[in-house]
Amino acid sequence: MMHFVEGSIAVAQAVRLCRPDVVSAYPITPQTHIVEALAEMVADCALDAEYITVESEFSALSACLGAVAAGSRAYSATTSQGLFLMFEVCFNLAGMRLPMVMTVANRAVSAPISIWNDQQDSISLRDSGWLQFYAEDNQEAADLHYLAYKVAEDHQVLLPAMVCFDGFILTHTYEPVDMPTQEEVDAYLPRFVPLAKLDAQDPISFGMLATPDYYMEFRYANDQALQKSKEKIRAAGKEFMAQFGRDYSAFVEGYALEDAETVLVALGSLCGTVKEAIDEMRAAGKKVGLLKIRVYRPFPVEELAAALKGAKRVAVLDKNISLGSKGAVALEVKDALYGSGIPVLDYIVGLGGRDLRKRDIARIVELAEKGEGDLFYGLREGVA
Amino acid sequence: MVVDKTLELFDCGHRACGGCGPALAARLILKAAGPNTIVSSATGCLEVFSTPYPETVWKVPWIHSLFENQAAVGSGIEAALKKQGRKEKVVIIGGDGATFDIGMLCISGAFERGHDFTYICLDNEAYMNTGIQRSGATPLDANTTTSPPGKCSMGNSRPKKDMPAILAAHGAPYVAVTSLAYPNDLMQKVERAIGVKGPSYVQVHSPCATGWGFEGDRTMAVGKLAVETGLVVLFEQTDGTVTRVKKVVRKPVEEYLKVQKRFAHLFKPAKKEAEIARIQAIADANAAKYGIDIKLKKPAETPQA
Repeated sequence: MMHFVEGSIAVAQAVRLCRPDVVSAYPITPQTHIVEALAEMVADCALDAEYITVESEFSALSACLGAVAAGSRAYSATTSQGLFLMFEVCFNLAGMRLPMVMTVANRAVSAPISIWNDQQDSISLRDSGWLQFYAEDNQEAADLHYLAYKVAEDHQVLLPAMVCFDGFILTHTYEPVDMPTQEEVDAYLPRFVPLAKLDAQDPISFGMLATPDYYMEFRYANDQALQKSKEKIRAAGKEFMAQFGRDYSAFVEGYALEDAETVLVALGSLCGTVKEAIDEMRAAGKKVGLLKIRVYRPFPVEELAAALKGAKRVAVLDKNISLGSKGAVALEVKDALYGSGIPVLDYIVGLGGRDLRKRDIARIVELAEKGEGDLFYGLREGVA
Repeated sequence: MVVDKTLELFDCGHRACGGCGPALAARLILKAAGPNTIVSSATGCLEVFSTPYPETVWKVPWIHSLFENQAAVGSGIEAALKKQGRKEKVVIIGGDGATFDIGMLCISGAFERGHDFTYICLDNEAYMNTGIQRSGATPLDANTTTSPPGKCSMGNSRPKKDMPAILAAHGAPYVAVTSLAYPNDLMQKVERAIGVKGPSYVQVHSPCATGWGFEGDRTMAVGKLAVETGLVVLFEQTDGTVTRVKKVVRKPVEEYLKVQKRFAHLFKPAKKEAEIARIQAIADANAAKYGIDIKLKKPAETPQA
């Protein structure tokens, strides 16, 4: 049923429908509306969950870790500094193969402090072993939670998953969102069945010390699980399509890609703006397309290379910067296209909430056509 | 419930040093806690020597996540058990570094929220796992690798942090200090703590032969001296009121200090009377605060004709 709701509320409702047993979160802008909504649901008995109001994000994710280890489905939400305070726990959850879902309301990182959007926070956690999904709009943001739990809890995956959606741009924006019924979600997402759990009837040890004789094999298994998740995401996406009519089986999604000479690559809400800009450029005769990356971890190397094989040039819009290097997404797109001869140009855009408009997209396409890339786009005059 | 002292849930074969205090403490804790227990453990000696993959000594479900989140992990376990309607007891174990210092934030939050768990601090008064560095639990003047005595230093410059008082101030219904040198006291306190609804705290004074500098067969004797000199007070506090205190015929602190290499600089090359007096003053203040002194009847008190 369609609802006209704020993005955060759509996500909170989706989380409720996923029936988490334990919710633990710490307030941080622009994530707050999600956790406030969940607290109201618990207070009204609309959500039967233990809600742990912790003293920090570090404890929020640690409490989720304990809850999952004890066999419960857990949920948290955060952003920016909160995610960074969770950094140590993020790696730990993945290493211990404890599945859960966390929403990241993407926001810039300090310093200087900024509450506005970019994707530096979650991109910086790319090596943590979590699955990472990026939503373009609020429908996708809500839907990806059902899918993320399903994939994360698969016994051949058993990894935590982040659903990332842009702070303010999506979290605080009202859009029509189709919310399924509890019965529909229950049919798609079964109850969490842990492979192993803390249980006095069957005692096991979690989080043991690994010497150099064993450590590498644990890391290998962790990476293999992420690789394995690809087929599980595809299957969960197809099943989602069959049940809800929206297809999330692809890791990357093309827009006006068929004969595109210049292909823009982006993650998240920016894709919506790019599509509008492409429509205008196409009308003016420019052969421009978009490749949206929905699944960033595991990184879809083959899918991306296949989708971009017809391009003359690729322009990556990175809402992050690996300082001292380049945009993180561009680096991996270059890796995926290595040997193809297709030039990949990188544009650092939209940091700390700097708006990127249709005319900026057109300007970036012009720069790409001239081979001018690997730059911060849209700096204040006199800075660059 | 009475403690089954024959119960062994902390198996043999671990890699602790000879005479390890915390290893013995862990064994006694599990005797008292029983099999219906889930343990959340902090990084530290105990975690390292008890779980070298693929072996474990823990015969109860056990989890270690990080150095500083044992209380938050325990909170999550407790919430999950509650949601699932399960009745296992949650016991959280951390060393003094994990408890007094790096885990303080998570511990404060967990106690304030009032989860039903028992937090046990194995207090060996320094970071032993990393090579004997001072912590907030290190006593005055102790020699550690980061508080060495020297021309301008007498060793650790600060007295021990009063962690039990901090947790009592959180409203913890049960707070106790015990010592592994008193196994029955230790097991009784762990059993009582587990029986109390809400967050309870038991601090176990756990001598470390390696870190303190004494032979491994002296662990119990050194632990006893700490109590007999009044430097460690065994007490119980229920709902904010001290309800039980172990009374002793106090010995001078010197008897405790002189058997440990970490205090050797107080005796060599010359005896540091003033410093020893400062430590004696700590014991005297403890005695006055908790009333631990047993008053012996003096012959002079016999009535005169």
